[in-house]
Amino acid sequence: MKTEDTITGFDWKYSAAPEAKDHIKLKSQYDLFINGNFVKPNSKKYFATYNPATEEKLAEVAQANAKDVDIAVAAAKNAYDKVWKKMPAKERAKYIFRIARVIQERARELAVIESMDGGKPIRESRDFDVPTAANHFFYYAGWADKLEYAFPNRHPQSLGIAAQIIPWNFPLLMAAWKIAPALATGNTVVLKPAENTPLTALKLAEIIQECELPAGVVNIITGFGDTGAAMVAHPNVNKIAFTGSTDVGKIIQKAIAGTNKKATLELGGKAANIVFDDAPINQAVEGIVNGIFFNQGHVCCAGSRLFVQESVATEVIQKLKARMETLIVGDPLDKNTDIGAINSKEQLDKINDYLKIGSKEGLELFQTSAAIPKKGFYCKPTLFIGAAQSNRVVQEEIFGPVLTIQTFRTIEEVIEKANNIPYGLSAGVWTDKGSKIFNLTSKLRAGVIWANTYNKFDPSSPFGGYKESGFGREGGLHGLMPYLKF
Amino acid sequence: MTPDFKHTPVIDQVGIEERVARFNTRSIKKETKLLGLKLALNMIDLTTLEGKDTEGKVKQMCYKAMHVSDDLPGLPTVAAVCVYPNHVATAKQVLKDSHVKIASVATAFPSGNSTLNIKLEDTRLAVDSGADEVDMVISRGEFLKGNYNFVFDEIAAIKKACGKARLKVILETGELSTLDNVRKASDIAIHAGADFIKTSTGKIQPAATMPVTLVMLEAIKDHYLKTNVMIGMKPAGGISTAKSALQYLVMLNETLGTKWMTNEWFRFGASSLANDIILQLGKEQKGVYYSKDYISID
Repeated sequence: MKTEDTITGFDWKYSAAPEAKDHIKLKSQYDLFINGNFVKPNSKKYFATYNPATEEKLAEVAQANAKDVDIAVAAAKNAYDKVWKKMPAKERAKYIFRIARVIQERARELAVIESMDGGKPIRESRDFDVPTAANHFFYYAGWADKLEYAFPNRHPQSLGIAAQIIPWNFPLLMAAWKIAPALATGNTVVLKPAENTPLTALKLAEIIQECELPAGVVNIITGFGDTGAAMVAHPNVNKIAFTGSTDVGKIIQKAIAGTNKKATLELGGKAANIVFDDAPINQAVEGIVNGIFFNQGHVCCAGSRLFVQESVATEVIQKLKARMETLIVGDPLDKNTDIGAINSKEQLDKINDYLKIGSKEGLELFQTSAAIPKKGFYCKPTLFIGAAQSNRVVQEEIFGPVLTIQTFRTIEEVIEKANNIPYGLSAGVWTDKGSKIFNLTSKLRAGVIWANTYNKFDPSSPFGGYKESGFGREGGLHGLMPYLKF
Repeated sequence: MTPDFKHTPVIDQVGIEERVARFNTRSIKKETKLLGLKLALNMIDLTTLEGKDTEGKVKQMCYKAMHVSDDLPGLPTVAAVCVYPNHVATAKQVLKDSHVKIASVATAFPSGNSTLNIKLEDTRLAVDSGADEVDMVISRGEFLKGNYNFVFDEIAAIKKACGKARLKVILETGELSTLDNVRKASDIAIHAGADFIKTSTGKIQPAATMPVTLVMLEAIKDHYLKTNVMIGMKPAGGISTAKSALQYLVMLNETLGTKWMTNEWFRFGASSLANDIILQLGKEQKGVYYSKDYISID
């Protein structure tokens, strides 16, 4: 008999399956998108954006100063007064639909750039970020000519100029979350992407140009915190929409105090993900993994505090460790990668600091055994087991693939602990019992609560926080209100 | 240590379907694909279970089982053939002492509606005729009535009658309606002595699906974590393409891992899968697809 007749158990490693990037065309230098054109910055300065997986420079982008912000706001005001405000709503909708369709057409290109610039796995940018971004434009395009029906007898009117500042964790998707409702409600926009991840927003600028949106309706400018500060401070801005850290959110609050500017702030989070002993345990483990390791944990609503009922804690932790060992950490452009690169050197340093803090606090550290790439910014999926409410790693937002595990005995105890935090963006509940779900969802102080699932997003569903996680809602009917006056 | 089967672990269907969707996004290329296809071929129970089966048909299939890949050197054979008990002796004649095992369905397959004595007799006929493996069906009616002890005892009795033959327990998941039931039936079968648990007879739609198989793999995993005892898995019916087989192997690999990546612990019950795998392997070796007319259909 041939030796090949029986195959014995073996380690089936997946061969590399890299997504092609030869179709990607990036300019070496990007200017500011103002009034329908790419224009040189008054600052005459450019800064580089890097691929965090390879540490290679991808392109240089313009650094907008206060003068550039002024020009962009003027373009937005001009477009608002002369064109956008007067345009029939159904015509506005056509432009938004057009943007949605072109995003779909160029989905592959956008997904690859998103993964190159931000380090997220192509599986996520391809299956989540880009399609959801397109869906947001589709969804809000539908509302544009139905505002009177959305808010009957309240005569909704646009505000004017929206200054929008977005983070680096979901660059294109956050741009869509901000731009789509603003345009649908008849406002014009000045948007600034994060300095680490400007490329898909600039590609979106090209798409907007291709869609022949009237000049100045959307302006996209790049820069650092000072650019954002100039946008917030500009007297002609009527509305601020910010997603980012709680610290910056507080600065914005102070800056606009005493002005007429409306604001929505979507800030940090430290969500409780609560597993009861009657939960579907294997699916809960999957949900824990999805909750904290999605996008390397760079998610404001990440389920970063796991609460497990004591009677199932051993089983859950054992299974969680085993599941984590199957996660593939590596090249974001490989189609089999589950966890990509940490977005930047600074963020990796911050996460590593927290790993030291947690270890110093005496917590049991668990990290997966597979090696991570030497080049680029990577962090192994990590657990801190046996954590207490008073640990710093439990109290502070780490924004990385680090999960703390606490146990609890009773439902009252877990509600109290879950709410005992300055944040209140999201939470997860795992139980087979419907009544328990409703009991918890009414008592947890969090804007979004998922039951027996985690990290689900839909354009029709509002998203936003309690307490220091911010205020105002994005998405759904609620997402229209911050851009309207009645 | 028999658990209370009224309270088996609950399953969240949405979670199971999402997990399956994620397995299906794995990109299996090059060396991985080649290894996977070879393994899948080696895991097949080449099956004929029809009223019109004849000695001739069984002989042809058994010959094919041993020579499935003669054109492509270096390939393994299939794991076993699967026939009705009255054809086991014929299969034995052809296969003799080759590595291809003989599996026989038994216990009033496919409905399982008969008395225990007849089911035991059916099992003994298969084993005495030379079957290495027995594929029994559970009494779904009794299961749905909540008569779990009946189902348990029946499996235990058949297991005893199997002697040295390995017992595969068919749950017929297409008749169990919910994933919670699939999990419960899996636990009953495992605790009653199954060496393998198997999804379907192939006579009821839906037959094997990935969500159902995942629930069963998780039951096997949970049992292994508690007892260190390995149980085998056999999805059967409806898996006809190499691509689909690879997706099942991804699920197996990421749920149970290395130890199960062998035909000792995982089988595909299928009739047309082998030919599609040969077609795909031929393409990997020769660079082009060749006509299906070059692949024998026995």
